[in-house]
Amino acid sequence: MAAGPKIEAPTLDALPTVPAIDPGAMAASKPYVAAKAHQEPLGFPGELLPDWEARAIAKLGELLGKYRSLRVYLDICVKCGACADKCHFFLGTGDPRNMPVARQDLLRDVYRRHFTLAGKVFGGLVGAAPLTRERLDQWYSYFHQCSQCRRCAVFCPYGIDTAEISMAAREIMDSIGIGQKYSNEIIAKVHKIGNNLGLPQPALEDTLLGLEEDVKEASGQDVKFPLDVEGAEVLLVTPSADFFAEPHVDGLIGYAKVFHQAGLSWTLSSYASEAGNFGMFIGSYEQMRKIALRIRKAALDLKVKRIVFGECGHAWRVAYAFLNTLAGPFDFLDPRYPVPQHIMELTRGFIRSGAIRLDRDANADKVVTVHDSCNIARATRMGPEPGSQFVYPRDILKAACPKFVDMHPDTTHERTFCCGGGGGLLTDELLDLRVKGAKPRVEALKQVVESHGVTHLAAMCAICKSQFTKVLPYYGYDMGMVVSVHQLVGNAIRMGEHS
Amino acid sequence: MAYQANGKTVETDEEGYLVNINEWSEEVAGEIAKAEQIAMSPEHWEVVNFLREYYSEYQIAPAIRVLTKAISKKLGAEKGSNKYLYELFPYGPAKQACKIAGLPKPTGCV
Repeated sequence: MAAGPKIEAPTLDALPTVPAIDPGAMAASKPYVAAKAHQEPLGFPGELLPDWEARAIAKLGELLGKYRSLRVYLDICVKCGACADKCHFFLGTGDPRNMPVARQDLLRDVYRRHFTLAGKVFGGLVGAAPLTRERLDQWYSYFHQCSQCRRCAVFCPYGIDTAEISMAAREIMDSIGIGQKYSNEIIAKVHKIGNNLGLPQPALEDTLLGLEEDVKEASGQDVKFPLDVEGAEVLLVTPSADFFAEPHVDGLIGYAKVFHQAGLSWTLSSYASEAGNFGMFIGSYEQMRKIALRIRKAALDLKVKRIVFGECGHAWRVAYAFLNTLAGPFDFLDPRYPVPQHIMELTRGFIRSGAIRLDRDANADKVVTVHDSCNIARATRMGPEPGSQFVYPRDILKAACPKFVDMHPDTTHERTFCCGGGGGLLTDELLDLRVKGAKPRVEALKQVVESHGVTHLAAMCAICKSQFTKVLPYYGYDMGMVVSVHQLVGNAIRMGEHS
Repeated sequence: MAYQANGKTVETDEEGYLVNINEWSEEVAGEIAKAEQIAMSPEHWEVVNFLREYYSEYQIAPAIRVLTKAISKKLGAEKGSNKYLYELFPYGPAKQACKIAGLPKPTGCV
């Protein structure tokens, strides 16, 4: 983009590194504020309300009553410092406000002032602070420098979840009229059209027909990409980026080939053409529920027996952890299958049963590593076993590729680093933050590139794929390095020989 | 933000996308391209024109694959790749080319 200062990537260090502190380094970073047109369709005030301070405190009170966890997190921090060097945004920027504890304190100080006896009586002496305009601006800036990845919570001895604090702060800001354009514009599109992109049914149909042609041309097989087919066995819910972007679409082709070869009937829905649920990013239960209910309606309308989710990180957290309470009960689906099921569980099952066969040679030109997506890694499983969210993707990658290497253990599994674009931050005006936030992940990648000749980074989330494609070139890596897990499956799957 | 073209002021959002897509003209496209530091060649115009055609039919920009396929038909198979489109529009064909074509920015996880 022409406008704005030139964005430069920080110099990569050897792991692990803790940067020198650079106070205020990211104080000016903030996303565009939502306009009236983005706020009002969600029922939020169109602009900052005149009595915003009183309303914000009242909203905080409401949230404290609703979410016991929020009060515990605000009360319990002992400032031990375990989280300080765990956030990728602190590691990438050096701004001490990006230490999770300091980010939490932006809200905690206000909580103390209004909701604790000590804070009411002793004020600043016990770290209590009023919600001034300056503080509100800090909220807007730094609660949009948290990708809600929850890595810090893994290291916190009390398990304080900064993501939840971040979500609460964003919910309060929405309620007083200062929302984030990126997330709120997208949520309104989902309500209106059915997906984050705003891809209407005819365009989706045209795109899918084009993919059928492409696959036919490349493989000679009539692989279908069914849309709105009533009576299909499986409803596939996948991020709309899978229809639109690279390398996402190669993952979608992979899913279609898996369904085709396994002989399992499936359909996409134009009504629920989005797996992602940005309601979570802005902390809004109501928005999250409204989005999730589209999936329920699509499943009922199409009379499917199962719901399967494609590669998407936070979508899978919402699906795995909340779908049943948001939009259940799903007693109309086949009880023999998990509701919902992850595409990786399905594919891995087919590989193990022999329903599909993979030919590793198809990926012989690659040395592959994998990026665990934060929401999948730290909030879900992919099957019944603990750790299946790590085992299943690796099983699939090892079945599809002859050479697989894991990155440094401090950066994988539940310790994985965020890609730098999660939590509603995947927007162009935050590119500087995104480039810097990717630093720890890229350091780990660089290590395996240099030690093991890794050529490709497999990702399992639409945001991760878009973020890496965008930021890796700033570090001197080619965007073509980024691949979808099911893209590698799609390359390797033996077509035509039904077993 | 705003662009000046043919003596008229054309309003944009914070990122330089047109507020009203009906205010687009080739002159406006030229101004946006200048601000994006892109020298428009016939190949750039092929992309921009295809985006506009597709948009007028589907009310959305085409998926990257739809675009690469159309460009490969028009300009030859060797140019029908995401890589080539990035050479033309370094900030990414979806966003930068849409901006020049006067279309809304593609939103979501892209």
